[in-house]
Amino acid sequence: MSDKMHLKLTVNGEAHETLAEPRELLIHVLREQLGITGPHIGCETSHCGACTVDMGGKSVKACTVFAAQAQGAEITTVEGLGAPDGLHVLQEMFREHHGLQCGFCTPGMITRAWRLLQDNPSPTEEEVRFGMSGNLCRCTGYQNIVKAILAAADQMNAMKEAAE
Amino acid sequence: MIPSTFEYHRPDDLAAVIALLQEHGDEARVVAGGHSLIPMMKLRMADPAHLIDLQGLSDLKGIEIGDVIRIGAMTTQAEIIDHDGLAEAAPIMAEAARQIADPQVRNLGTVGGNIANGDPGNDMPGLMQCLDARFTLVGPDGTREVAARDFYEAAYVTTREEEEVLTAVSFDRPRGGYAYEKQKRKIGDYATAAAAVQIVAEGGRVSAASVAMTNLSDVPVFSAAAGAALEGTACGEEAVQAAVAAMLGDIDPMEDNRGPVEFKKHVAGVILARAIVRAWSRA
Ligand SMILES: Cc1cc2nc3c(=O)[nH]c(=O)nc-3n(C[C@H](O)[C@H](O)[C@H](O)COP(=O)(O)OP(=O)(O)OC[C@H]3O[C@@H](n4cnc5c(N)ncnc54)[C@H](O)[C@@H]3O)c2cc1C
Ligand code: FES
Ligand code: FES
Repeated sequence: MSDKMHLKLTVNGEAHETLAEPRELLIHVLREQLGITGPHIGCETSHCGACTVDMGGKSVKACTVFAAQAQGAEITTVEGLGAPDGLHVLQEMFREHHGLQCGFCTPGMITRAWRLLQDNPSPTEEEVRFGMSGNLCRCTGYQNIVKAILAAADQMNAMKEAAE
Repeated sequence: MIPSTFEYHRPDDLAAVIALLQEHGDEARVVAGGHSLIPMMKLRMADPAHLIDLQGLSDLKGIEIGDVIRIGAMTTQAEIIDHDGLAEAAPIMAEAARQIADPQVRNLGTVGGNIANGDPGNDMPGLMQCLDARFTLVGPDGTREVAARDFYEAAYVTTREEEEVLTAVSFDRPRGGYAYEKQKRKIGDYATAAAAVQIVAEGGRVSAASVAMTNLSDVPVFSAAAGAALEGTACGEEAVQAAVAAMLGDIDPMEDNRGPVEFKKHVAGVILARAIVRAWSRA
């Protein structure tokens, strides 16, 4: 066994400290040590995107990052975007447009879509499909996911305009 | 999917990286984006006792545009796609990078890791053949440059010494039309076949052409013969087919889960023909 390291992460704005072996994957540290179970484990082989989190302002697959590599990182998960009593617009739109069936892929989808809309607030349908291509869904056929994201983009832009 | 244990290092300069590589020899591996290495470590096909993270070396990041284009090894594939200067100076880079993996993978996966890895499925090595790039390697004995076309020896075997770090790739600003064309089973997949093509037109004829292929041999394939078949022609159907025939003589695909040899040769021909037509239309 290699020595555990003292890991410091900021997750959803909150500072966390924990002990982890360098080889532990970020997704396991988040879920098993910090109890942040929004990001899911679908494939654990870097393919499905269910484990997507935002790290340092970029979408990454938390099953393909060693805990040690994440030392000092700022991380956002789906828990940081909305809460049951105050859903994020993206979450509202996924509900309204049936952007989910079993819901397993949804936290990764929403966390990825959130970053996509930060980078490109008014994407075309093609840009949404290209930007979401690291997230797999076995249920919906994607159509309603794309619709939900485009609808969320419109709403977020309208909210921004209203605020100005 | 738990890799074997390792000791983790995050040095902040190149000298420290090289010192660690010297100290630990073949027990040590550098990690860049980790998106080839971590999957291999999960499968225990790689089990370095020392993992040396390059993320602290900010000098290895960045893109310089001049007559020569220089890209730091730690530049991510996403940064290649987003760089306006590079899009103008060498648009084939972004066209290829957009066809590598998916957004999350490209956010961490680096140009240097893609090139140093030595997996025949990686797309950057073939592209580097087409562009006649040079790789800068720094080791205990100093700095040397290796031509991309001399770098790959076999699958996962390159001329990089164990104690050397790839710090940058550079190539002359490409001229003429370009295309990176890739056939894959699904988005995010490695190539069944891919082609990188640059063509220079003068007076309606091809004055220079460079052709390279990906995942059709245990190393990336630069096909000088395919380029030569195009030169001097008006790049019509006959010339395209001559280039395809020449390329087929240079590749050596193996049967695997992407299909039997005959299928791969067929796909390689279709992909190269498309790439030539697109590059010519932009020349
Ligand atoms: C789902 C998925 C799909 C993918 N699809 C594609 C694809 O279609 N096309 C494609 O080309 N790639 C694909 N990849 C691989 C991806 O592009 C990797 O990021 C890339 O191959 C390696 O870059 P890295 O920075 O992640 O390197 P790492 O994984 O960190 O390193 C790879 C190897 O190179 C060595 N290395 C890294 N940097 C250096 C350096 N500077 N000097 C010396 N040695 C170094 C490491 O020691 C290691 O042996 C895919 C990966 C995944 C997970
Ligand atoms: S669990 Fe990470 S990509 Fe599937
Ligand atoms: S809703 Fe079931 S996997 Fe996407």
